[in-house]
Amino acid sequence: MMTDQQSPQTVTMRIDGREVTVPTGTTILRAAESVGIEIPHYCYHPGLSSPAMCRLCLVEVEGWPKPAPACKTTVAEGQVVHIESEMAQAQRTGVLEFYLLNHPLDCPICDQSGECQLQDYVFAQGREHGRGREPKRVLGRDDFGGDVLFNGDRCVMCTRCVRFMREVAEDERLCVVERGNRAVIDTFFDEGLEGSPFAGNIVDICPVGALVSKDFLHKARAWDLDRTPSVCPSCSQGCNITLQTRDDLVQRLKPRENMDVNGWWMCDFGRHNYEWINRVDRVEEPLVNGETQGWPEALGSLLGRLKEAKGEVKAVTWAHSTNEEMGLLKAMMEELGGSEVVYRSPRTVGELQLPGFPLLARREDLAPNVRGAEILGFTRVGDEEAEGGLDDLATHKGVLIVVGDPLEDQNENFGAQAELFIYLGSYLSKVAGNAHYVLPTTTFAEQEGSYTNVQGRVQRFWPGIRSPGSARPGWLILGALFAEFTETEAPIGADQAFVQVAKGVPEFGEITYRDMGTRGAPARKSAGVAGD
Amino acid sequence: MAYPYTHEKEVRILSKHFGEPEARTVEGWKARGGYQTLSMAFEMGRNAIIDEVKASGLRGRGGAGFPAGVKWSFMPQDGGRPHYLLCNADESEPGTFKDRELLRWAPHQVIEGMIIAAYAIRAEQAYVYCRGEFFETTQILARAIEEAYEAGYLGKDILGSGVNVDITVHCGGGAYICGEETALMNSLEGRRGTPRIKPPFPAQAGYMGMPSTVNNVETLSSIPFIIQEGADAYRANGTAESPGTKLFCVSGHVRRPGNYELPLGFPLMELIDDVCGGMKEGRTLKGVIPGGSSVPILNAEECANCEMSFEGVIAAGSQLGCAAVIVMDDSTDIVKEVRRMVGFYAHESCGQCTPCREGSAWAEKILRRIEEGRGTEEDLDTLMEVTSQMEGTTICVLSDSVAAPVQSSINKFREEYLSRIRTGEKAGVA
Ligand SMILES: Cc1cc2nc3c(=O)[nH]c(=O)nc-3n(C[C@H](O)[C@H](O)[C@H](O)COP(=O)(O)O)c2cc1C
Ligand code: SF4
Ligand code: SF4
Ligand code: SF4
Repeated sequence: MMTDQQSPQTVTMRIDGREVTVPTGTTILRAAESVGIEIPHYCYHPGLSSPAMCRLCLVEVEGWPKPAPACKTTVAEGQVVHIESEMAQAQRTGVLEFYLLNHPLDCPICDQSGECQLQDYVFAQGREHGRGREPKRVLGRDDFGGDVLFNGDRCVMCTRCVRFMREVAEDERLCVVERGNRAVIDTFFDEGLEGSPFAGNIVDICPVGALVSKDFLHKARAWDLDRTPSVCPSCSQGCNITLQTRDDLVQRLKPRENMDVNGWWMCDFGRHNYEWINRVDRVEEPLVNGETQGWPEALGSLLGRLKEAKGEVKAVTWAHSTNEEMGLLKAMMEELGGSEVVYRSPRTVGELQLPGFPLLARREDLAPNVRGAEILGFTRVGDEEAEGGLDDLATHKGVLIVVGDPLEDQNENFGAQAELFIYLGSYLSKVAGNAHYVLPTTTFAEQEGSYTNVQGRVQRFWPGIRSPGSARPGWLILGALFAEFTETEAPIGADQAFVQVAKGVPEFGEITYRDMGTRGAPARKSAGVAGD
Repeated sequence: MAYPYTHEKEVRILSKHFGEPEARTVEGWKARGGYQTLSMAFEMGRNAIIDEVKASGLRGRGGAGFPAGVKWSFMPQDGGRPHYLLCNADESEPGTFKDRELLRWAPHQVIEGMIIAAYAIRAEQAYVYCRGEFFETTQILARAIEEAYEAGYLGKDILGSGVNVDITVHCGGGAYICGEETALMNSLEGRRGTPRIKPPFPAQAGYMGMPSTVNNVETLSSIPFIIQEGADAYRANGTAESPGTKLFCVSGHVRRPGNYELPLGFPLMELIDDVCGGMKEGRTLKGVIPGGSSVPILNAEECANCEMSFEGVIAAGSQLGCAAVIVMDDSTDIVKEVRRMVGFYAHESCGQCTPCREGSAWAEKILRRIEEGRGTEEDLDTLMEVTSQMEGTTICVLSDSVAAPVQSSINKFREEYLSRIRTGEKAGVA
């Protein structure tokens, strides 16, 4: 308890013989974490309240008559805590045995296998042989609605899912029914989780295979997945995510912790909007007047034609383009004396805020880099569906550059009158047929790059899958053209491309990829761009 | 009309008017000297009341025996936030049936005690949390409360003193765990009845997060006497460490089971042999559970010199708990008895804590197997170990309540278990 005397700012104590100094009020669990010691736990989650009920994190505190829950007990000056003492270990082994009494041990057919905290803890500290001989309780499966399937027999009753829905989603759709050993997680009536925009997060925080994603069911084993840090491309929030991939296909998206953007969470809309990344109708090789060509020849002749072109240069892009692509497009346009770049981006009405973590909202702009386009001074055209608004480009007679936008709403005459029509994109689109040059680009999942989110935070992503054919990042193509034009050095990495782009943009200032790290860096506010 | 059973050795303070239906009415209660302590108390003032209750040495009757006056003194002295008094009438421990009788026969005594307690701890709102199955009891209490309002003992400006106290009756849904004080608060707030982690303690953050005091029905019923007669008069009964009288709920194999009010420290064997008329014809004593099913069983030998005070029962190897005395004669099948009690706790565990949720159900299953003659000697070791993992490892002490009967019975009646395991016979069961 706090005394009247001034309270010191930090506390020094010992955990398993190691001296630890942490701010006053830190729990033992967090104090241990700060020196890299994990205390096993289920019910504790940093984003939720701590009910201290799973009893797995009980540790020995010298001088205390009973073991203490590390998730709830705050450190005290001079306190001596044992996590690996005989008593603490026996405690954990005992609790783990309790967990297995009614567990079906169906790891071979469980989706969580390989990333299951019950599996991990029991493997590390469980009894060699359980003593349970009694028949197991059988609860079976329940479709919770939405993407969530419940396997009651695997549940460790940590109530993380119930607390997430209550405390974070503030959409109380789950509860514990019955008590004691008959207790089970359930939905209210038939409504279930259907339509709850953040419910998918409970699958992530369920420490075991009790809550699984129907979408991911039977798709891949956890150990077969590759994991790449990335940014959700489905709205301008830019939730930090992990691309989980196998055989160069995205299998699922998972949120990645970033307390400045999305906490531990992401929305279901973004989570499930990934199938397009696996689209197979891709442009794989450069096409010049419909003929496949190698990159050197294609770029060589394009350079010549660009230099010769007489007409006005116009360009359109979309808000899925990266900062680097956009910036180099802008530089190119300035070099060619072109007009303003326009972009299109879909918009919906209304944000979906996560009440318990209000920084996070599914934003109205359903593309990741609207803010980047704004910072670079691009002009938005088209409607909420990202359609229309390109009438003058469709019939433009000069040079037409399209970056990214597949122009699916445009008719087959788009660009037919252009003197020179250059199309940088990932997908085979009917209007691309009119392009003199079709240059295949990689998607965000296949390249390194950055987006600027709605808060003005510049965030990096990394390549998680290989690109088909010889598709190249947009920045590499534009960077090479620009360098040839200006007789300067072409950027050979996305980091260099960003530096080049940032030079002329006060909002990006001196930010480098290193500054951004895996969690991004805030752009400087400027008068031209509204603050968040 | 004499209350079902009485005995001349009883010292009837709380139960003085048991069996007198008129005492349930406000007029009847006043005619018996009731409600006189209110103006006395308001005149004494809060601190003097708390001091008097402290001096009386009254210990909580809900099971833990915590001194009531000390508990009241934990309540914040400064105002600002609402305070609450919660009367615990969830009485669900197997063996206990005293609070029900206090509410049925002397509802105004509880109300009077609650008004004084509420005043002392600065609470203007009090709740009685009644066990869900107490249907008749709740009706009697609710009627008494209504009459007390009409008579001006409840509500605003009681007897012109400026003191306000409201009492609301709330019926539980029938879960034993809601008798645990923090589960009770959750339940009263409309949440699942699950115990909370302490700290914070109720006096810091209780019902609705506000300073609260939880007291048992019998504890609160004792207050009017202490105010009326003073701490010394209260201490005239009982022992130094356990002052006053206590309702003993005697059940089981005695001739006259029932509620008997006796001074604390009363000898257990005298209670059984004299007050309760002894064992049934031709039967001998096998053991006693002295404080409700959550405390260790005493064997006949341990009972011999046991005095029924908090300290006396500890000395004998168990706990006084809520003084629910379950007497078992030689026809008792200990294995079955323990299995049934463990089954009760397994059924009533709220299910939050893993050791309690899983351990209680596991212990019940093992015990059932032993009872049915399918046990092994190893099972006894497993039971001892499993229950030891349930002690001191959980949020509330329900988990420990499983350990007590299992461990004490295996230690004291091992032969009965072994004969079940080895031969399927009920050796030692007459
Ligand atoms: C599992 C459990 C059940 C309990 N049930 C009751 C009960 O039914 N009635 C009661 O008065 N106290 C019960 N208690 C004790 C209460 O938590 C609390 O200590 C008591 O009401 C305080 O009142 P007192 O100080 O006047 O005894 C229970 C405790 C536990 C752990
Ligand atoms: S379903 Fe998962 S998250 Fe929910 S209580 Fe069970 S184990 Fe915990
Ligand atoms: S809020 Fe936006 S960025 Fe975050 S997961 Fe949803 S769609 Fe993706
Ligand atoms: S010990 Fe049992 S009853 Fe008490 S809080 Fe834990 S699970 Fe609930």
